Amino acid sequence: MTGIRKSFPGVLAVDGVDLEVAPGEIHALLGENGAGKSTLLKILAGAQLPDTGTIELDGRPIQILSPHDAQDHGIVTIYQEFNLVPTLTVAENVFIGREPTRGGWIDWGRMRRETRAIMDRVGLALSPDRLVSDLSVAEQQMVEIAKALAIESRLIIMDEPTSALAEGEVARLFAICRDLQAAGIAVIFVSHRLDEVKQICDRLTVLRDGQLVGSAAVADVSIEDIIRMMVGRDVERLFKQRNVHRAGEPALRIEGIHASGDPRDPFATQLRGIDLEVRHGEIVGLAGLVGAGRTELARAVFGADRIDAGRVLVEGVPVQPGSPRRAIAAGIGLVPEDRKQQALFLALAVRLNLSIAALDRLCGRLGFIDGRAESRLVQEYQDRLNIKMAGADVAVGNLSGGNQQKVVLARWLALQPKVLIVDEPTRGIDVAAKAEVHQLLYELADSGIAVLAISSELPEILTISDRIVTMREGRLTGELQIAEATEEKLMQLMTMGRERAA
Amino acid sequence: MSTETPAAAPASFDLFSFLAKFAPLIFLLVLMGVFALLEPRFLSPLNLFNVMRQVSIYGLLAIGMTFVILTRGIDLSVGSLLAFAGLVAAAVAKGGFESRFAVGSAAEAAGYGWFLAMLAALAVGVVCGGLQGLAITRLKVPPFVVTLGGMSAFRGAALLFAGGGPISGFDDGYRWWGQGYIGPIPVPVVIFAIAAIIAAIALRYTRFGRNVYAVGGNPEAARLSGLDVDRITLSVYVIIGFMAGLGGFVLSARLNSAEAVAGLTYELTVIAGVVIGGTSLFGGIGTIFGTVIGTLLIGVLLNGLVLNNVSSYVQQIIIGVIIVLAVAFDTFAKSRRKRA
Repeated sequence: MTGIRKSFPGVLAVDGVDLEVAPGEIHALLGENGAGKSTLLKILAGAQLPDTGTIELDGRPIQILSPHDAQDHGIVTIYQEFNLVPTLTVAENVFIGREPTRGGWIDWGRMRRETRAIMDRVGLALSPDRLVSDLSVAEQQMVEIAKALAIESRLIIMDEPTSALAEGEVARLFAICRDLQAAGIAVIFVSHRLDEVKQICDRLTVLRDGQLVGSAAVADVSIEDIIRMMVGRDVERLFKQRNVHRAGEPALRIEGIHASGDPRDPFATQLRGIDLEVRHGEIVGLAGLVGAGRTELARAVFGADRIDAGRVLVEGVPVQPGSPRRAIAAGIGLVPEDRKQQALFLALAVRLNLSIAALDRLCGRLGFIDGRAESRLVQEYQDRLNIKMAGADVAVGNLSGGNQQKVVLARWLALQPKVLIVDEPTRGIDVAAKAEVHQLLYELADSGIAVLAISSELPEILTISDRIVTMREGRLTGELQIAEATEEKLMQLMTMGRERAA
Repeated sequence: MSTETPAAAPASFDLFSFLAKFAPLIFLLVLMGVFALLEPRFLSPLNLFNVMRQVSIYGLLAIGMTFVILTRGIDLSVGSLLAFAGLVAAAVAKGGFESRFAVGSAAEAAGYGWFLAMLAALAVGVVCGGLQGLAITRLKVPPFVVTLGGMSAFRGAALLFAGGGPISGFDDGYRWWGQGYIGPIPVPVVIFAIAAIIAAIALRYTRFGRNVYAVGGNPEAARLSGLDVDRITLSVYVIIGFMAGLGGFVLSARLNSAEAVAGLTYELTVIAGVVIGGTSLFGGIGTIFGTVIGTLLIGVLLNGLVLNNVSSYVQQIIIGVIIVLAVAFDTFAKSRRKRA
């Protein structure tokens, strides 16, 4: 009967929550964004102090005053945003702050050996001397996990560990989790992907608005039950299938695109001849594992990266390549993969974030912004997208993930694009907002916009798409109409490619 | 086990953001009060106008610097460029490079007059600022390095141009820009005020201003939102170059002399004023109002110290400490924003 028990009322985020995790248990911590999960995790990690309440480890009360304390107690957190030093090697990162020494000097040999052993354990054949900045996101995630394993830990906290991983890597992560479980280590697992929770977790605790909703054994509840606990709403409404598929004339044509991807990303996938057409009113899902080249394709079409060959046409007119400006002028919008780094001006007002791409239309002579027209625009999209915010002048960074994403979507809608590319449109946003984003995509398609949607979550692809194309290693490997698509068929096309999928 | 207390209501009045906004203004008023008590001469109209006139030159540069820092940039070359532009203006007023050391009314008559002199100063500023902007956007050299180079190069150009001595003695029309009055108000103060108002309006109400905030807030997001990041970045260095040119002209008019060592260490004073005024060195946050207050604060501080016979060495120490404290506050504010 050991584990952790904590209860404390927080100022705003968490109000008297109890959480109990047994050794060898994989415990899911669930809740919509803003439910208080992050605060709870930060307290466990020593990044924040609770106002009141107690934490016990193995029955003894402990105090976690700093991240160092947490580590000393064997509590390790793997954050959603990685805590790796990009300019150091894999081995240096794994042993950061705890470098093995011999006579006061760093024992490099031992560090490499142990790193290699740990990397083997996570099933990733990475040289310990590779620089972290040269790794893909998924590989970095694995290094982060290796780092946690290298520390003698009692409790490992994983905050959205799978959001950056493709299906195959998720399976590997789960295998590691089971190993940890067998070794008697407790795991707290935070995820928005409920199917994964069902698959890997033993027990779950749900938070809502900083309050404890309840705990249950995962086997005793269905996904619908969990969603109901999280949102206090009914499930049917959330995952409504689209019934109308009216595809019109071709809006976007991609012809023979070859591209090398973002020059700053050494692991960008080469695109090797992509041909694709998206019609007005159609949602085409783009499925593929991490490294398949989906994001690279989106960026190439949008002009964010250079293309080496091929061309992009909007309504039959070629778009000048290599500049987002020209792509936007041609009627293409992109909701990028990483909204915080690539889309939002976090410290700036919602107003600026929303109208920035549409200023040309809002400006009169001399470049003066028509303030009233801008306010009308913001109001219109706030209403239409149900953006919850204190006002148009609050910093967009203060909004929840879902509302932030709606602001990004609104930015493009305000331009009335002909083609909208959405890359992981619901990554890291809660279930209710996710459903709203899906609904919005349907509406956009119904209004005639051609939508190209990228998602790593197959259920999402299957929910939103009218037609699905799959990619692998920079090539298209298959195409399925929604009626014939299943997760199994998609996985097959994504992993094996057309020739062997048959 | 657990002690339950009701969750505190969110504070409707956020002391921190109130302070972040008005601390410079409050500090300015307190400082003025203290100096007035220590030294009654401080509040005399003569002295106050003196302070204002002094501050105006810093202020012109600080307005340009605000644009630059808003885009995450920095310009260390302003002091050097100011000196160079001032010398060029002075030479033009004297009838050209060859006759730049001529004195007397005959020399004044032979000169090209204040208008061309001012245009020349502005042109020098815009060209030099533009060159730095091009180095930053085309060659991808960080602003710190480019303008550090510019700081040295423009100072060298100024020394070369001056060829030893100051260029002194201008006609009334020229000197009016530095020494004249409009009503009771010194001309440099009027220029500073007009520049501040135009800059504030441009930042707040125009597309260009929005773009400056956006580029500083998140350059990658700005690019993916269709902004021409390079052009906007280039523009802010042209703006600060223009301001340095204008400042150089006005300073030479005020001193009735242009010299190669003018504007030494101005970059520090100016950056201090901008940062104290709340503009974030991390980009995207800041206002012209803040910059005006921050610059006034520095000006009042320096003037008050002089009046109280504090040595100029100590003044330098104080400016140094203030810069570090202001940036520390900025960093603290940023980490708060992140947590929010």
